[in-house]
Amino acid sequence: MAILERPAIYEGTRIPSPIPTVLQVPDELREGGDILQVNFGPNHPSTHGVLRLIVDLNGEEVVGLEAVIGYLHTGFEKNMEQKTWWKAITYPERIDYVAFQNNEYVFVAAIEKLLGLDIPPKAVWMRTLLNELNRLHSHLVWLGTSGLELGAISMFWYAFREREQILDLFELVTGYRMHTRYFQAGGLAEDVPRGFYPECRKFVEWMPKAIDDYEALLSRNEIWLERTKGIGLLSAEDAIALGQSGPVLRASGVDWDLRKAEPYLAYDQVDFDVPVYPNGDVYDRYKVHIDEMRQSVRIVAQCLDVLEGLEGEPWIVDDRKIVLPPREELHTSMESLIHHFKIVTEGYRVPEGEVYVAIEAPRGEMGCYVVSDGGPRPWRVKFRGTSFVALEATATCMSNALVADLIAIVGSLDTVMGEVDR
Amino acid sequence: MSWEHVPGYVSEKEAHGEQTVVVEPGQLVEAALHLRDEEGFSFLSDISATDYLGWGQKGVAGYIGTATGRDLNRPAAQGFQILPELKPKRFSMSYHLLALRPGAPRLRLQVWVEDGEPVPSVVEVWPTADWHEREAYDLMGIRIEGHPNLARILMDDDWEGHPLRKDYPIGGEPVRFSSEE
Repeated sequence: MAILERPAIYEGTRIPSPIPTVLQVPDELREGGDILQVNFGPNHPSTHGVLRLIVDLNGEEVVGLEAVIGYLHTGFEKNMEQKTWWKAITYPERIDYVAFQNNEYVFVAAIEKLLGLDIPPKAVWMRTLLNELNRLHSHLVWLGTSGLELGAISMFWYAFREREQILDLFELVTGYRMHTRYFQAGGLAEDVPRGFYPECRKFVEWMPKAIDDYEALLSRNEIWLERTKGIGLLSAEDAIALGQSGPVLRASGVDWDLRKAEPYLAYDQVDFDVPVYPNGDVYDRYKVHIDEMRQSVRIVAQCLDVLEGLEGEPWIVDDRKIVLPPREELHTSMESLIHHFKIVTEGYRVPEGEVYVAIEAPRGEMGCYVVSDGGPRPWRVKFRGTSFVALEATATCMSNALVADLIAIVGSLDTVMGEVDR
Repeated sequence: MSWEHVPGYVSEKEAHGEQTVVVEPGQLVEAALHLRDEEGFSFLSDISATDYLGWGQKGVAGYIGTATGRDLNRPAAQGFQILPELKPKRFSMSYHLLALRPGAPRLRLQVWVEDGEPVPSVVEVWPTADWHEREAYDLMGIRIEGHPNLARILMDDDWEGHPLRKDYPIGGEPVRFSSEE
């Protein structure tokens, strides 16, 4: 890690004390009696879902803030304990429904770590490609909705134009536009369909121009600059103490990306840069997102180059105790039929142990802690929700903020409430 | 690398390429400060609480009512199936630490407690622990001591019980159907 050499974003720490996630109204203001307490959410178009912020206002200034979460708690982790490993793969995608492919990967990677499986190259490259397409998708949703919240409505239509293309690509590969369940323990569920590579190439050629469009709309837009520059400051030290990761951390000048620091999949074989910006404000978070999109397009292009040379290669490991046998064998092989039946009904067993797997999801470090007792179901699954942690920084970012800034700041932390509440 | 110098050291383990060091719950804060300041684990990724009630046995909530159940001692069960290694106490709290330096070393700091036994809060060491500890309290009923704001976080304020415990039944919560008054 290298923190960029430059004057600190601010001196000391701004993390509220004693509760790091609650901004308390100063006593001298409270006695004045002119504080207005407002419920922002849980149902409000600018809260990215069902987030409730209890905000204390002194005129237009935010002087107190507490985030209340849990409105979307659906007990994913408890539910996953009831399902076989095989069936539980459908759950993580729905936790962060915008970064579905990355979440699916982190859980599958945890299973594979316990099983000790080696994944064929085609699956590794295809997983890398889909994770990057998903990162683009996630950043586009962020860009569109954040722009919308700050009044840049046309941004939303542009971002969703390209998002549509990405979802079409997912549909082409997996049959589903979201929540694909395309990753199996051991590889991919199906081979890459014919016609995917040329379609994806078209997208790779188109996308950089689209990103130029976004920048033309926002980067020199007077209103956008006014509303994002110098707003929602977070210093590098505070970001680390608050466990921030991903674009929020990199916008605070910390050069940290798990794809580089702890490479997984094929990230050590592709060429890409990690954008880092020094100011720790909303504008820099926007810049990190934009630059990351350009890098993702680069990675997708490199994955395509490799994948086109892997035509006809296996896409999943040949381990009949874990992987479903090829469909056509079911008509001719008794053992294949039995194994197919057993895996679907009873599930495969995963050796006893505990692992923590972390990946660089679009919002930062997505972690998955899994405990197995050697049986066909997970004993415990726990996700490190990136958005859950990101929301903890709201109170720190909110010093000297006005109501209008509050919208920009909450938006810039890029939270998905499904992942916060799980 | 040995972790014996960590305050409150009990044991250590390496499995699946991951390091785990177990410490006494009473000395968790000293161990955390040591790891943060001396070993550079400045980043707390996650805190995971796990309930091991019924570990290796049958009849645990969560298995009731599912298709196959799990009974390793049943006569027809696969003979080579071994019982999992027994755990020292009912609950584990795992603190997943990360050092932001090349190689990205990770460490799992773990404490074991029985039901109701206190775990000291590490909010003073890593402020990000605030919500993670509230979640451990809310969903698993871990008694966190010294937390500045130990309230439920995901469940309703007046919720009874801790849903991620193994003795908390699934499908047991009352539901009011919309046709009812």
